[in-house]
Amino acid sequence: MLGKTAGGLLWMARYLERGENTARLVDAGLRIALTRSAASEEEWTSVLATAGAQARFAEIYEKVDGPSVINFLLRDRDNPSSVLSVIESARNNARLVRTALTREAWEAVNVCWMTLREALAVRMSNDALPNTLRTIRQQNALVRGAMHGTMLRNDIYNFVRIGTFLERADNTARILDVKYYVLLPSVSLVGSSLDNAQWETILRSASAERAFGWLYGGETTPLAVADFLILDRRMPRSLAFCCAKLVDNLHHLGLEYGDRRQCHDLAEALHGRLTGRDIQTIFEHGLHEFVLDFIADNNALGRLIETDYRFNG
Amino acid sequence: MAEPIAAFDEMLGAEGPRPAYADYAHWFEQETPLKLRAKAREAENFFRRTGITFNVYGDAAQTERLIPFDIVPRIIAAREWAKLSRGIEQRVRAINAFLFDIYHRQEILRAGRVPKMLIAQNSAFLPQMIGVTPPGNVYTHIVGVDLVRTGADEFYVLEDNARTPSGVSYMLENRETMLQMFPELFTRVRVRPVSNYPKLLRRSLAACAPKACKDRPVVAVLTPGIHNSAYFEHAFLADQMGAELVEGHDLRVVDGRIAMRTTCGYRAVDVLYRRVDDDFLDPLNFNPQSLLGVPGAFDIYRAGGLTIANAPGAGIADDKAIYSYMPDIVEFYTGETPILRNVPTWRCAEPQSLKYVLEHLAELVVKEVHGSGGYGMLVGPAASHKELAAFAAKLKATPDNYIAQPTLALSTVPILARSGLSPRHVDLRPFVLVSPNTIDITPGGLTRVALRKGSLVVNSSQGGGTKDTWVLED
Repeated sequence: MLGKTAGGLLWMARYLERGENTARLVDAGLRIALTRSAASEEEWTSVLATAGAQARFAEIYEKVDGPSVINFLLRDRDNPSSVLSVIESARNNARLVRTALTREAWEAVNVCWMTLREALAVRMSNDALPNTLRTIRQQNALVRGAMHGTMLRNDIYNFVRIGTFLERADNTARILDVKYYVLLPSVSLVGSSLDNAQWETILRSASAERAFGWLYGGETTPLAVADFLILDRRMPRSLAFCCAKLVDNLHHLGLEYGDRRQCHDLAEALHGRLTGRDIQTIFEHGLHEFVLDFIADNNALGRLIETDYRFNG
Repeated sequence: MAEPIAAFDEMLGAEGPRPAYADYAHWFEQETPLKLRAKAREAENFFRRTGITFNVYGDAAQTERLIPFDIVPRIIAAREWAKLSRGIEQRVRAINAFLFDIYHRQEILRAGRVPKMLIAQNSAFLPQMIGVTPPGNVYTHIVGVDLVRTGADEFYVLEDNARTPSGVSYMLENRETMLQMFPELFTRVRVRPVSNYPKLLRRSLAACAPKACKDRPVVAVLTPGIHNSAYFEHAFLADQMGAELVEGHDLRVVDGRIAMRTTCGYRAVDVLYRRVDDDFLDPLNFNPQSLLGVPGAFDIYRAGGLTIANAPGAGIADDKAIYSYMPDIVEFYTGETPILRNVPTWRCAEPQSLKYVLEHLAELVVKEVHGSGGYGMLVGPAASHKELAAFAAKLKATPDNYIAQPTLALSTVPILARSGLSPRHVDLRPFVLVSPNTIDITPGGLTRVALRKGSLVVNSSQGGGTKDTWVLED
């Protein structure tokens, strides 16, 4: 496969995942803004921080409020990470790697782009927002389904998956990075409604609130939330799950190409940090440091894959 | 502007539908206009969903457009096609023989059948190709011969596209669309399939592998990139052939071969189906400004390390100045009378012809010898007195630059208009694949249709659309 194609596939998947994650962040932000309007500015600020878009936002908008942040994150073309921008980038990458995609997969991406471009064409009212967010999630699900159902399980598929999990791991880690303090025992007032709402937001940002409730039977503790998002292998957005998948997909690439490259070592090391650990020791060593290290290493892994598989030269 | 001209309609004769259209016309009568219009919209959606678009340069808001598709097929009888394809094959053979000759001994110039200066002073002639013999002696692996029809048995070749003819993806997708829209229709009318074109293309490219190729030939399509107007077609063909789609920056010279950067290092390419012009192929040998090509590609080609399709320099065969000599060229190399007719052409370089052209300017189409895409062209019947006078002055100043042809009454085929069937002018571009031992012509080709009533301009950039083209089974 061409190095350029591998890069295009990986970035297509990253952009698709990013769009979906952004929609989720907006959803969680909207929820908390509706239920606790007093703290809404603070909440939208942390949504922007999680999306890594605070600086760009400040360049364009005067103040942080719901409608501006929503507009910025969903449909602002001046924001390269807005859902509209990333779906366009995803589709451009898909066009670039058109020969590596099945007809169904390409069509799903193309239709996703057409649908979202239309859905995000004009500023939307709060009433229309839930429907739009649902459309974003649904279109992404259709793309995922088309890929899952029609693509050969070869290097093409593995690069797509690697892109998905690099992005997803980064997203979950960012949620934790911005909100880690509400999980710390020193600050948290156990049982207070404030922290409960914050914990819920964390879970909601990762579409994990229902699963969490189901597993823990309504017993929400900061430790359990952190454990669920960092170490729980059943949870498809947890760091451990993403890392296991990265190791797995890189392993398959190694088998197909008959070699081992530097990125294999780094992925395994990253994964190793999440196996055989318990959440208590992570807290003892510092949750925030742990998350920051993870984000840095996950980025480094992305760069290493890029050079190991010759995306650019 | 364009006066309605009495044209031959391919579907309807004086006594109703012509034989080739009989089954279709019968089917059409049973359909309701409402349902057909719904189908037309469905077809448009299908094209959008699949992303069958072309890019429009300099149009920021909507950079991708659909070429309008009309759901009424253009139908060619088996007997008509048999004759056409014989004529096309003869012409394409002659073109390849001509190219070999012109870059080797130049017998045709020695024999005085084509003037020497037409070659020597022609920018489409590539001196770098003198003495170079491409693998399998094939110069034009892919040819698109533009045909127009003016009567029941009157076909003319308008142009031989011997460089990088485009449009074949529309031929394939138009059929795909029709099969999806009207499956039942295809059980009633037996149409020859076109779908094996990509397979044949791959096979014929592979058959021209260079001598450095030791294994199964690696084929790649070279595209200028995602912003090129025909990018969809480049990706489509690469995909359908199972070939890599590469850009210049994916390629470099490695160990005397052209190699592409893969996830596992550099891998040699044997056959490069290039969709970039000669000039942009290799900045070391041609245009030094080009960023689209690969430095050194032409040297590797000459040394037998790479096949380039179509061969560099093939454009001399479809040059407008050469065109008027095609009947002589066919006769010279095949020893046969040309089966397909040329449009009568006056070479303004000849005083007799120039005189005639100036006297009849209002009836003629005048083209620049080295122009393409309709630039610098005069359509006499559509021009004002002022335009005619201005053009006459240009003609007198540089007669060598021009050729003139009569304005042809292109045949019509109906389209589905709001009011029902309505005739529109069409042309036809069949696609021809040349390999060392065989010439394959896909039955039919791309029919382009001028959607504006009375218009003779079929170009997609100027209101043209396309139709599925059917060749009936015998």
